[in-house]
Amino acid sequence: MAARLKLHSRTSKLTPAPLSSAHHCDELPDLDRLIHERIRLGIVSALAINDSLSFNDLRRLLKTTDGNLSVHARKLEEAGHIACHKFFEGRIPRSEYRLTSTGRRALEQYIKQMEDLIRRTRKQ
Amino acid sequence: MLDPRPHRRRRPHTRSRPLPLRALDDLRYIRETMERSAAFTASPGWGQLLMGVTALAAAAIASQQSTPTRWLSVWLIEAVVAVASGLPATKLKAHRAGLALTSGPSRKFALGFLPSIAAAVLLTVALVRAHEFSLLPGVWLLLYGTAIVSAAAFSIPVLRGMGLGFLFTGTLALYDPSWGNLLMAAGFGGLHIVFGAWIGAKHGG
Repeated sequence: MAARLKLHSRTSKLTPAPLSSAHHCDELPDLDRLIHERIRLGIVSALAINDSLSFNDLRRLLKTTDGNLSVHARKLEEAGHIACHKFFEGRIPRSEYRLTSTGRRALEQYIKQMEDLIRRTRKQ
Repeated sequence: MLDPRPHRRRRPHTRSRPLPLRALDDLRYIRETMERSAAFTASPGWGQLLMGVTALAAAAIASQQSTPTRWLSVWLIEAVVAVASGLPATKLKAHRAGLALTSGPSRKFALGFLPSIAAAVLLTVALVRAHEFSLLPGVWLLLYGTAIVSAAAFSIPVLRGMGLGFLFTGTLALYDPSWGNLLMAAGFGGLHIVFGAWIGAKHGG
């Protein structure tokens, strides 16, 4: 049962699904697994065209829950892709996120990889 | 041992799709997210373009007026028309993203934008009372440019370019007030149309 629970947790929304599959293993590019996950990709994409966004703005934009966003944002922050500025507005704590230059480069690289993949497929 | 829990159907997962389809999905998702988050810029590109067109019409009508008071009236009516077209366009852009006009960056944009506009209103009153109509185009263009540059700190970088364009036309209008109406057409008309079309095409409407 413990093994079963572990399997469930590994395939939960919070963990990126394994990228390789038996069918496509040979054509898989070396993707940035950190931003390949949907919510994290959404955070990075939204911050790419906004100077900064608050936690609430991101939550509404990505239509996700506080907990989910919090976990994904922390992972990106730990990797240095985004920076978080915490402050108080009156008595209310606020978190403001910005995309770092590392994060911007990672997104550009990811988009380039996706475009290359599509281009290669069209040529075949 | 048999699992007593009811069998759950697995949903088809995007990860099991062929890679090129996943790549297309991801690119589409990135584009859609960027488009939706563009509402946070609180800058409606197509609304600005419309404001530019009405400003060009106002400049043409204003240039035909025989008295400064009538010239001023045309531009004041244009200001009301611009607000009436810009505000719903901003609201529509935010609505399309499922957001309120009062969302964080929109509020910051307004806080950066409004002080210079308030200063422009007060200076307009002072200059009209002093019968210094020829200085109005320079003051309007400069303070609108200042408002845009300040607000751009909370929005898309391209707005800074537009703000600097207004500061440039405003400086020219103060240097030679006889070109005032033409520079108003170039600024409120031309810059709004060029940057409005750019923002509309590149930043989600």
